[in-house]
Amino acid sequence: MSARAHAPSERDPAQQAAHFRHVLRLADTSLVLGQRLGEWVGHAPALEEDLGLANLALDLIGQARLLLTYAGELEGRGRDEDALAFLRDAPEFVNLTLAEQPNGDFGHTIVRQWLIDAWQLEIYQGLLGSADSRLGAIAAKALKETRYHHRFSSGWLIRLGDGTRESHDRVQAALDCLWRFSAELFCADEVDERMQAAAIAPALAELAPRWSARIDEDLAAATLTRPAAQPYPWHGRRGVHTEHLGHMLAEMQHLQRTYPGVRW
Amino acid sequence: MRAAAARVQAIRALLAEVADPEIPVLSIVDLGVVRHVRFESDGRLHVGITPTYSGCPATEVIRVAVRAALDAGGHVDAVLEEVLSPPWSSQWLTSAAHAKLRAFGIAPPEEPVSSPRRLWHAPLVTCPRCASRATERVSEFGSTPCKAHYRCSACQEPFDYFKCL
Repeated sequence: MSARAHAPSERDPAQQAAHFRHVLRLADTSLVLGQRLGEWVGHAPALEEDLGLANLALDLIGQARLLLTYAGELEGRGRDEDALAFLRDAPEFVNLTLAEQPNGDFGHTIVRQWLIDAWQLEIYQGLLGSADSRLGAIAAKALKETRYHHRFSSGWLIRLGDGTRESHDRVQAALDCLWRFSAELFCADEVDERMQAAAIAPALAELAPRWSARIDEDLAAATLTRPAAQPYPWHGRRGVHTEHLGHMLAEMQHLQRTYPGVRW
Repeated sequence: MRAAAARVQAIRALLAEVADPEIPVLSIVDLGVVRHVRFESDGRLHVGITPTYSGCPATEVIRVAVRAALDAGGHVDAVLEEVLSPPWSSQWLTSAAHAKLRAFGIAPPEEPVSSPRRLWHAPLVTCPRCASRATERVSEFGSTPCKAHYRCSACQEPFDYFKCL
């Protein structure tokens, strides 16, 4: 099937490489987070939440497919969504470090989800007016889904935070543990600067205060305390990961690694 | 021109026979999945379809079914296109689709989503069996991405609600 919208043609190889990398980062964050949520299937605290987490996973993997397919076209080396998802090793993945963190307990998963949902809300909103119409179209579609993802995760954050002492303490502990990965969310590098200059992506520095305000609003409702700022930004978006991604990929990529090229 | 319009009508009728794999009482035309049917300057038939939810597994099945319907109708050289913009909305369901859903036991989408704020409030849903408004949401997520799980306090029956998106 052919897609109608096309990216502006890029003659500058450095610009083309940055464009590919930018789309791949968005794709990888959705893919890795979707895979993590998929690990909950059959294990969630209640059937409704099992379905909820699986629904979110399905949306995220759907978004990742659209983005990976597009990234492969931008790269122009003939890699499709499957090649990019299943045949790259951990250092070639460029997702947010936060997305690859293990599930922990349900509260831990909710905190991770909520931080990324709030981030994706700003990112996709900012991409709506992108000079890249195809990326803008994917963002517009993803934004509709991200809104109810955030409703789900913030709803649980509030119920757990403002719940029993046990649930409050556990979700606060999860927040304290995961907060160190939040500095990476809006830490711009040369790829982001190039995309911003070409009007393909919004300026991350402008999105950060809006994300922060939303986080504070939800935390207040959840009676949770925002941890102190952690300056070290981590570098999952540059391919430097925590040990957890490799283990996750070993499972996710097992079939394609064992039987290369296998099809249903 | 008139002949071309008649041909497009005939192809639309062909596509109106393609059922949604998850909710077979609806056709893909009822669902608003078919975005355009037209002959373009290359002389070929172009059919645009859009996914409902990004990850909906039915999208793949619909694509194959549309291809098969076009082939069977003699349009083997038709170009099948994916349309992402504007994103699919539950407001595109036809009024016929609403009636078919209700008859099938699924509550149709209740009110258009006009703002992100709106999404915070669960809509008032009418029970498709007894028409009572005394219903409550069990879960925002159901058997498919497009449905939520509800129950009716009047007739005590559980039912699916086709969500607004």
